[in-house]
Amino acid sequence: MATDAAGVVVVGASLAGVHAVRSLRSEGFGGTITVIDGQPHTPYDRPPLSKGFLAGDDDAAAIRLGGLDELDVTWRLGTTAVGLDVEQATVTLANGTLVPFDGLVLAPGAVPRRLPGTDELPMVRPLRDLDDALALRAVIDGAGGQEASAVRVVVVGAGFIGAEVAATCRDRGVEVTMVEMATVPLEAALGRHVGGAIAALHRQHGVDLRLGASVEGIDPVDDRRCLVRCTDGEPVVADAVVVGIGVEPATEWLASSGVRLDNGIVTDERLAAAARIVVAGDALRWPSGRTGSLERIEHWEHAVATGEAAGRRLAVELAGGDVDALPVFDPVPWFWSDQYDRKLQLAGRAGVDHDMEVAVGGLDEDRFVAVYGRGGRATGVFGMNRPRHVALLRQRLDGDVSVADLVEAAAAL
Amino acid sequence: MRVVVDFDLCESNAICMAVAPEIFEVRDDDFLYILQDEPPEELRGKLAEAVQRCPKQAIAIAED
Ligand SMILES: Cc1cc2nc3c(=O)[nH]c(=O)nc-3n(C[C@H](O)[C@H](O)[C@H](O)COP(=O)(O)OP(=O)(O)OC[C@H]3O[C@@H](n4cnc5c(N)ncnc54)[C@H](O)[C@@H]3O)c2cc1C
Ligand code: SF4
Repeated sequence: MATDAAGVVVVGASLAGVHAVRSLRSEGFGGTITVIDGQPHTPYDRPPLSKGFLAGDDDAAAIRLGGLDELDVTWRLGTTAVGLDVEQATVTLANGTLVPFDGLVLAPGAVPRRLPGTDELPMVRPLRDLDDALALRAVIDGAGGQEASAVRVVVVGAGFIGAEVAATCRDRGVEVTMVEMATVPLEAALGRHVGGAIAALHRQHGVDLRLGASVEGIDPVDDRRCLVRCTDGEPVVADAVVVGIGVEPATEWLASSGVRLDNGIVTDERLAAAARIVVAGDALRWPSGRTGSLERIEHWEHAVATGEAAGRRLAVELAGGDVDALPVFDPVPWFWSDQYDRKLQLAGRAGVDHDMEVAVGGLDEDRFVAVYGRGGRATGVFGMNRPRHVALLRQRLDGDVSVADLVEAAAAL
Repeated sequence: MRVVVDFDLCESNAICMAVAPEIFEVRDDDFLYILQDEPPEELRGKLAEAVQRCPKQAIAIAED
């Protein structure tokens, strides 16, 4: 059983977990906090892994999360949690140790999907963690002894991470083939028209973009390179294949724990999965009043905001306070992506199943604003190099606003 | 309470502006402007939130 000294245990020493700890401390929780992570690295920020860190502009020290020393935390890094017992209030570690807790933060994030049949090929890997980024950076830096222009990277999946990898590689002078099953990049996320603008952007920058295509097979050429065969176009020899076909919540270890799993760890509207167990980040699935359904979001800011809200809730609960008096979690989501000289930002929601109207500029311009909606109600604002518009219009999305009004407001800014 | 921004880190994504428009403004030239570098005490909460939300960890609060 948990004892007085058990304190709070956090599984996942990344963005969501660290922000939960910050929030527990700023809410006045003074007990012990133990943070467990399967990875050995000091907590770091992931977005630079496909941007500045991959480009070689940032080193590992530059992407570390700041302010960790003030948090008074016991770090158990390089230690994987393999089980949770909700009844007993214990987490089981890979070495069999049971760690008791009074309060638990689950922030295990997500794990990338793999391409079937490529486990034996070391040059085929996702881009999720520091080691993935270091391996890819070494290839771009010419680990094989070639000039940048003689290096080819094949990107499988033109989602945000794939598209950023393609852009960073092109900026570094590396050849890129990007293979995407949909008719345009980011089709599911942003729809056909904005996706079409992004396809044009990558082609302008010299990406060999193969749309409506998939990978048929990958065979080793030597210990460093492989041959990638696609359903469209010539086979290519790749020095690295980056697989960006999405992620899944890292919840396998919770299968028999007693928390509810359904494409993520399901919580109530204040992010609790059970008494004294809160969830934050990419692994969270919670009921959003805004959409009327369970949602899971894989954005940086969402990990920060859910970490804060989950930490606060747990601090209040452990102090015997009234958790029902806390606000429900339901902000307007936001994310960004950097590709070449473009800053892509989305506030709210968009997608191939939404209507889209260009409000400022044009899809073929460097800067534009698009408003997304459904049934005439605005759901999201997308900005291409338009941060001011996205920031201001995001506030309007918090209330009920029509597409027409938001388009007008955008044009008036 | 003074607002300190490391402009070498700032990438003008305007997240701070969405959180605390009284203090931060990204204009159409895509540069960040600090509207008040010694904001009143009642903006402390918003400023603290902007510090946490900045993806570049570029904002700090100085007490002097
Ligand atoms: C390359 C890349 C670029 C990105 N770019 C952007 C961007 O531009 N904009 C944006 O909005 N978002 C971006 N994101 C998304 C953003 O980084 C994530 O949403 C965020 O990292 C989620 O934080 P998290 O703490 O929930 O999970 P994670 O960062 O995935 O961390 C989870 C941690 O839990 C640990 N863990 C998991 N299971 C266990 C276990 N059983 N035992 C112990 N430890 C465990 C893992 O080792 C990991 O350290 C990007 C992500 C990547 C990978
Ligand atoms: S949030 Fe940070 S990076 Fe973005 S504009 Fe503000 S200070 Fe700059």
